Amino acid sequence: MQPARTDTTTSSLTKLGARIKGFGPVLGLIALCIAGTLLNGDFATIDNLMNVLTRTAFIGIIAVGMTFVIISGGIDLSVGSMAALIAGCMIYFMNQLAMGMGGDLAPITMLVLGIGMALVLGAGFGLMHGLLISKGNIEPFIVTLGTLGIFRAVLTYLADGGALTLDSTLSDLYSPVYYTSVLGAPIPIWIFLIVAAAGAIILNRTTFGRHVQAIGSNEQVARYAAINVDRVKIATYMLLGVCVGIATVLYVPRLGSATPTTGLLWELEAIAAVVVGGTALKGGEGRIVGTVIGAILLSVISNILNLTSIISVYLNAAVQGVVIIAVAFLQRGRK
Amino acid sequence: MSVAVRFEAICKDFGPVRVLHGVSFELSPGRVYGLLGENGAGKSTLMKILAGYEAVSEGQLLIDGQPQRFGSSRAAEAAGIVLIHQEFNLAEHLTVAQNMFLGHEKTRGWLLDEKTMHEEASRYLKQVGLDVSPATKIRDLIVAEKQLVEIAKALSRRARFLIMDEPTATLTSSETQRLFAVMAQLKADGVTILYISHKLDEVERNTDEVIVMRDGRFVTRELTASLTRQQMANLMVGRELSDMFPAKVPLAADAPVLLKVDGLSVPGWSNGLSFEVRAGEVLGFAGLVGAGRTESFEALLGLRTRSAGTISLNGKQVNIRTPREAMINGMTYLSEDRKGKGLHVNLGLRENLTMMTMERYARPWLDLKQEKAALAKAVDDFNIRTGDQGSRARMLSGGNQQKLALAKYLHSDPRVIVLDEPSRGVDVGAKRDIYFLIHRLAAEGRAVIVISSELIELIGLCHRVAVMRAGTLQTTLGAEHLTEEELIAHATGTH
Repeated sequence: MQPARTDTTTSSLTKLGARIKGFGPVLGLIALCIAGTLLNGDFATIDNLMNVLTRTAFIGIIAVGMTFVIISGGIDLSVGSMAALIAGCMIYFMNQLAMGMGGDLAPITMLVLGIGMALVLGAGFGLMHGLLISKGNIEPFIVTLGTLGIFRAVLTYLADGGALTLDSTLSDLYSPVYYTSVLGAPIPIWIFLIVAAAGAIILNRTTFGRHVQAIGSNEQVARYAAINVDRVKIATYMLLGVCVGIATVLYVPRLGSATPTTGLLWELEAIAAVVVGGTALKGGEGRIVGTVIGAILLSVISNILNLTSIISVYLNAAVQGVVIIAVAFLQRGRK
Repeated sequence: MSVAVRFEAICKDFGPVRVLHGVSFELSPGRVYGLLGENGAGKSTLMKILAGYEAVSEGQLLIDGQPQRFGSSRAAEAAGIVLIHQEFNLAEHLTVAQNMFLGHEKTRGWLLDEKTMHEEASRYLKQVGLDVSPATKIRDLIVAEKQLVEIAKALSRRARFLIMDEPTATLTSSETQRLFAVMAQLKADGVTILYISHKLDEVERNTDEVIVMRDGRFVTRELTASLTRQQMANLMVGRELSDMFPAKVPLAADAPVLLKVDGLSVPGWSNGLSFEVRAGEVLGFAGLVGAGRTESFEALLGLRTRSAGTISLNGKQVNIRTPREAMINGMTYLSEDRKGKGLHVNLGLRENLTMMTMERYARPWLDLKQEKAALAKAVDDFNIRTGDQGSRARMLSGGNQQKLALAKYLHSDPRVIVLDEPSRGVDVGAKRDIYFLIHRLAAEGRAVIVISSELIELIGLCHRVAVMRAGTLQTTLGAEHLTEEELIAHATGTH
């Protein structure tokens, strides 16, 4: 005797419901865009959209890495501080090279070395997080709360409380990375797209991605299924670290300096983008596409506030906060 | 004062799976009932409905002739019905008295009235014959004491109908005797007791009447005195036992030893465990809960620390530190805890099946088509019944989940297979499928180790059964010596 299946209409209904829920962020984004267009004619211009997307790129790239960490059941609160410290170290290092430590190196080589250092630092910080969390067996929340403080304090110390500013020759050479357009779109947008596409492929079509989901879904089951849980966890934090590195590499040419307020509250925006995109904070499942849409949605909100005067732009974070809580409310009960 | 209970055509669905199919019977007050049934028969679900933990999908529950729908366990408690769970509902960090009055604290004004609660707690503890201070923290009690605290707590809530789910599973025999004395006392006080157990000898000695359920249906009720234990077993299984098990194939005299374990010790669990199992052999492991069987095998796979012991696979000594190394060496272990350790219930069937052997499908991008084909084949081979191969594992019934778990752990084609409680929580049909699968695996020349608490299963399946007690191997019985009495005697140390 097998347990009988009750009528199948209920299950197809729930499936339809799940599908609509999956499109929730997209529908929200479309609604916002329509509202934005109606409120201000400037919203729907190519210039404005490119501007929004370029600003989204930093948070978006970090959010892609954050998606992996959150799906695996972890969290990283330090990404904003990490970006600031990487930016500071990168500028400090390149300035040292420019001031003579680099000898006869061409400026472009100094730039490449600086970029390389940013990525290596990101991976290194991620490795440190991963080791403390997996081998050290400390809650991710605690580890990254600690480094959130450490990273920003070290940057403030390096900048002596002020700003670290990039050497002007290098700065002139570097700024096109942020300001130049390729095939009609600024470089950061292209990098964001590449990172997101790579993230989606890694998450859905590789052994590593599958293991990330397995660990977040149930770590114990993953351990019994011969998965090297520690190694996968460390890799997710390193991946996020590299994403922070990439975001920083794109961010530095924008202003050419790092200050104690660089990257402030980026962790909130990145985590919010992941959650708004439909990834469960307790891990197990999530989608990169959702995260991308979540990140865009959040910056569209702030853009609309900037363009219109219905709600003060000072309340930007408050509106985003309401959106996050509303999304969480809609997702509640999903197990 | 007493509670009369009547089930009328109770149905219960979990998602698309119906686990109770119109169960009807009635229980009159002041008696001790034994509720019998295999794992997955629906006993626990029915009792959870009675105690307010689950809502009925169809049908109704009558208490003293009045239709009732308990919205919570608290509502059932108010009607005098209390369920004592297999895994207790006690807050480990609180004291005995705090637990007994949890959610029902006595107050004086805005403050807790500790004094009255202590006095009352002492009174109920005395009633169940437990001699500890109400100020003792729960975590400092042994399992048997926690059980008695649960009963005292039920009494403090004026329980008139006590449901006990496998209360003796983790008790020693003297503790069990004490529990039965308490039960007799409660019965004399007019409390109705419904007692769920697999231990037929205890059911025989302590109940007035037995009710048998199978596959979510009420089967029959009989006065305990009118049944033999053999008849009870047959009623539970619903067919002659001989039909459940394939005939054992005698071992070839020259069958090679595939796994040899020497002096395995696991701190806190087992000491100096040695055994070997040959190709084509089914070796059973019997023992009480806490005898160290599961823990020993988890240590063998590197899931726990072992302090001593050598392992040889296929005649070659190996050092296994992780489940992955075990798998590479051809050994696999399926946990008894299907939802906690065996399967990702929230992932799809396909993801579960290939989880341990991803390298076969990654080159380097996962070949989803090949994965799907593998799932289709496994569904066929293992007779997994599912409406939709794209659904999640949690949508399957217990038996089909177990078949999926088996498919997952056998997907790497292991030579030595350790199955911990392979038929726990599955219906009779799936059970039979699993027994025939185990038989087939052995016939293919693999070595199969079955850890089980169901003696009938060990006797029906195994060439030999190793019996463990308190972390040491007591004896290994050959097929000709396999009887329930013999196994129990060694497992409890009364041989």
